[in-house]
Amino acid sequence: MTQPHSSPEHKWEYPKYEPGETVALFIPCYIDQFFPEIGEATAKLLTKYGVPLAYPEEQTCCGQPAFNSGYWEEARGVIHQFCKAFESYKWIVSPSGSCTAMCRVFFEHVDPDERIVGIGRRVFELTEFLVNILGVTDTGARYPHKVTMHSGCHGRRELGIFNQPLTLLQNIRDIDYRELPNIEECCGFGGTFSVKMPGTSLAMGKTKVENIVKTGADVVTSIDISCLMHVGGILRRDKATRHIQCKHIAELLVQE
Amino acid sequence: MSDHSLHLEGAPFLKAENAGLYEPNGSKSMAVCAERSTKHNQELLAQIPYYQDWRTAANGIKDYAIGNLDKLLVEFERNITARGAVVHWAEDAEEANRIVLKIAQENNVKTVVKAKSMVSEEMELNHTFAAAGIRAVETDLGEYLVQLANQRPTHIVTPALHLSAEDVGKLLSEKLNEPYTAEHQALTDIARRHLREEFINADMGMSGCNFGIADTGSFVVVENEGNAGLSTATPPIHVALMGIEKVIPSIRYLPQFLNLLARSGTGQKLTTYTHLFHGATPGRKLHIVILDNGRTKVLADPKARMGLFCIRCGACLNVCPVYRRVGGWAYGWVYPGPIGSIITPHLVGLDKAGKLPFASSLCGACNEVCPVKIDIPHQLVHLRHRAVNEPSPMNLMSERFIWRAWSWMFQGPKRYGLAMWAVKLGVRLAPFLPWHPDKLGAWTRGRALPQVPARGSFRKWWRQEGKDLKPQEQPNNKG
Repeated sequence: MTQPHSSPEHKWEYPKYEPGETVALFIPCYIDQFFPEIGEATAKLLTKYGVPLAYPEEQTCCGQPAFNSGYWEEARGVIHQFCKAFESYKWIVSPSGSCTAMCRVFFEHVDPDERIVGIGRRVFELTEFLVNILGVTDTGARYPHKVTMHSGCHGRRELGIFNQPLTLLQNIRDIDYRELPNIEECCGFGGTFSVKMPGTSLAMGKTKVENIVKTGADVVTSIDISCLMHVGGILRRDKATRHIQCKHIAELLVQE
Repeated sequence: MSDHSLHLEGAPFLKAENAGLYEPNGSKSMAVCAERSTKHNQELLAQIPYYQDWRTAANGIKDYAIGNLDKLLVEFERNITARGAVVHWAEDAEEANRIVLKIAQENNVKTVVKAKSMVSEEMELNHTFAAAGIRAVETDLGEYLVQLANQRPTHIVTPALHLSAEDVGKLLSEKLNEPYTAEHQALTDIARRHLREEFINADMGMSGCNFGIADTGSFVVVENEGNAGLSTATPPIHVALMGIEKVIPSIRYLPQFLNLLARSGTGQKLTTYTHLFHGATPGRKLHIVILDNGRTKVLADPKARMGLFCIRCGACLNVCPVYRRVGGWAYGWVYPGPIGSIITPHLVGLDKAGKLPFASSLCGACNEVCPVKIDIPHQLVHLRHRAVNEPSPMNLMSERFIWRAWSWMFQGPKRYGLAMWAVKLGVRLAPFLPWHPDKLGAWTRGRALPQVPARGSFRKWWRQEGKDLKPQEQPNNKG
């Protein structure tokens, strides 16, 4: 399967990684607090490929919730906090397409300062770091389950990340990969959209859930657990779909 | 159809501003049609290897045109006036209505046949005609049905997208005393028979304008039904309505735009009819009303300029997951969907349409399909920023207070820890609360809350174990 409606501007020029260079982990706030196992899997995956890690504890959030809500002045302070935490690192990797897009694409909307924009551009999403920068396409994982993949819009449309997680996923041993119908349609999460316009957000989420059910998968994975927090919330509300688990792709890639 | 299932729970977001408009009653068929349109044009676009280059070029041409509107519009006027057309300039809808009405009254017009024009919807021209005792008949099949039903279009290209064949059958039997049928060909025949009479008897014909061409002084109307041809050629007077943003510098660029418009709009390689008007034909009158109606306000905001590149193809509506569920009326004004959300706030003011930029999950599907590459999602966040800082229904002290507090809490790891502790406490207590207020209730009305992990945060794990992880010597399993 190729990327839906791939557009050419998504060909980033990835810098070259020299072995031994330290990578700073950017673990988004909701992963830090609600899904720590994803951060752990991310750390284990990167160390497996010889990458020395750091976790700057000054980090909090990329500022996206306020930015998307229009509160750019309030987002700016948080972005400056982000930059303070990560300034000294050449490489920043995050297990989220959406937060990475915020750093790499949207920082400059809030603060066009060269230093801020430059730090934002050093942030890479985990699967793109593995595939495009480390050249890893097979993590040697084994996961004998029926799995479908949800593709988050920010990662795909702002950063062009689609084939990276798909390739990594399909190379997992014994995996039964099921393609999600209408994979390109938004799940309806949209950050604060999910609570500002809950009716519409839920209507979109329910369509996504129906498509997931159609695949017969037991596990839905994605590079974005934020989408899956919303989709999973809907899945768990219904007895018929409660068994379907939501897992971040990093969790599958470390299975042995 | 059975394999499409859509949920129509979404409520109109402009409720207060929306009085007098109805909820789409055929949303399900509408959503299915919108989805089908997207599939069709994706199939067609896949056949063009240079499609992305075309989009980029079209964006560049529009950028030039919008940046040089003053020169290009005057060039257009000069060239088409030289061939007998009369050009009128209207600053707003009211002035445009006055101009059109004056032309009609001076020529003793009783009946007007109208081809599709969104500018006419903007002007609410049909009301002006009705008040002056002039009969105006919409002749585009979709517009005709919407007019018969006393509704507004739900879509800028396919105005009656919300009506199923059964709805149309009922409408025609009720309004035109025709025997009920839901068969497509029979329905079209009925409309055709009635409209044919209107074309023959009309005193004046009207059309919109898809492109105004500066260097040749021509304008273009595209259509599929032949009604625009009949509306503009049968009566002795043709009045065309044109937004100022419609002008392109040269006829050389027209083929590319026609290609992009048809493919993106209806999934056709080219529309069935493409009319080029170069001036008044002997014995007939041609008037062109060029309308601003707030468009120059877009020019005043440099970040929003791309909104004027729009060629009204409707692709962003078809692909938009929000539009597919709430329908066109929910947007409260003439232009629905993502493009409506970025131009309506400029045209009618953020104070009235400030909620529109928030009617999006920012998924970006609109930008991906836009034939002129308007960066709609980036425009939406820009307008959100303006909406919370300028007079608008989204500029709320209570919300600003929350974000101020959030911002302060997230500017230091200790404060962040405290904030997160409170959030987790809230999530733990939520199941015991008798009811869920505000945003929490908005989440839990259809979704379970995430579970608070017993093991603690990632930070905690990092301090205990993570920081001691040793990078493995040799990367294994390299790709």
